[in-house]
Amino acid sequence: MAAHRENPAPQDASNPGAASGVGCDEAIERRIIVATQGGLPLVPQPWDEVAREVGLPVDELLCRVRAMLERGVIRRIGVVPNHYAIGYTANGMSVWDVADECVDAVGEFIGALDAVTHCYRRPRRLPDWPYNLFAMVHGRSHDEVRQQISDIADRIAARFPGACRSREVLFSSAILKKTGLRISSAAGSVQERE
Amino acid sequence: MSRATAKGRAPVLDETDRALINMLQGDFPLVRNPFADVAVRLGIDQEEVIDRLQRLLDQRVLTRFGPMFQIERIGGAFCLAAIGVPEADFERVAAEVNAFAEVAHNYRRDHALNMWFVLATETPQGIAATARRIEIATGLPVFLFPKEREYFVEMKLEA
Repeated sequence: MAAHRENPAPQDASNPGAASGVGCDEAIERRIIVATQGGLPLVPQPWDEVAREVGLPVDELLCRVRAMLERGVIRRIGVVPNHYAIGYTANGMSVWDVADECVDAVGEFIGALDAVTHCYRRPRRLPDWPYNLFAMVHGRSHDEVRQQISDIADRIAARFPGACRSREVLFSSAILKKTGLRISSAAGSVQERE
Repeated sequence: MSRATAKGRAPVLDETDRALINMLQGDFPLVRNPFADVAVRLGIDQEEVIDRLQRLLDQRVLTRFGPMFQIERIGGAFCLAAIGVPEADFERVAAEVNAFAEVAHNYRRDHALNMWFVLATETPQGIAATARRIEIATGLPVFLFPKEREYFVEMKLEA
């Protein structure tokens, strides 16, 4: 269990230690993602096991993971509950058709409300889908969620009169899949962006 | 209401399970012996922390334990997508969609667009390409709803 530090794996030349070129850092980060995207091992020293798999000393791995957290490559580390299993049986995706000129203001406003766990602006898909603002609301019953969404609508109407033209709530009735991210390799192409 | 699949099997959680779940939706300690830290905070021993996490994962109370990534930050992409699936074909289409490794989550929702899933790909171009492959596999149009702006994300739910 007490796996101590391992030598860098004989993977490639991109193992230069801490301060190295961006491309190398990125390759290492991708290896860390691939090694942990399925979850951390449930052993007393999980990072030692990850470090061995990635081919880094554990102290360097911890530094890199900390840096990834700081840069937001890792949003957080922890558990993801199945919200049904912990009592949040109503999972409502509220969607809103908000005038473009104030969608950001309304989004910030909705996002700050306690009931909302995620809030995004997304494109409309006209003619069938006029909604450009998505806000997830979780609760212990459909009625509770409907009530919360109706409260949100009232607040929007008071604060931004006429901005919201229509809304809907889509309740989930089954989780069909929930595995999270799966990238296939540490070697994928990530440079196209610049 | 067709919530039986999602509901129904919720196992009983004791106070320690709930405390563990609530604590670990925050940040897992980034140290060599993290479970020992968690154990001290909960007043139980390390083996019990590990055993409880394993049981909660086995029972599907937890769907994951580990880092959550923003793949956009290293060049990848996430995208919400939806399909309107004829009820008679729902199971078939769900199986076809779920077979794609790029599909990270998939939910059935009560709406004409009744299947909502998240694509996660290694490059931004991968989203459209995957959507096209899903359209070919299912024979149904895929609507893409890329995130244009994120106002708030807070996934913590009190257990």
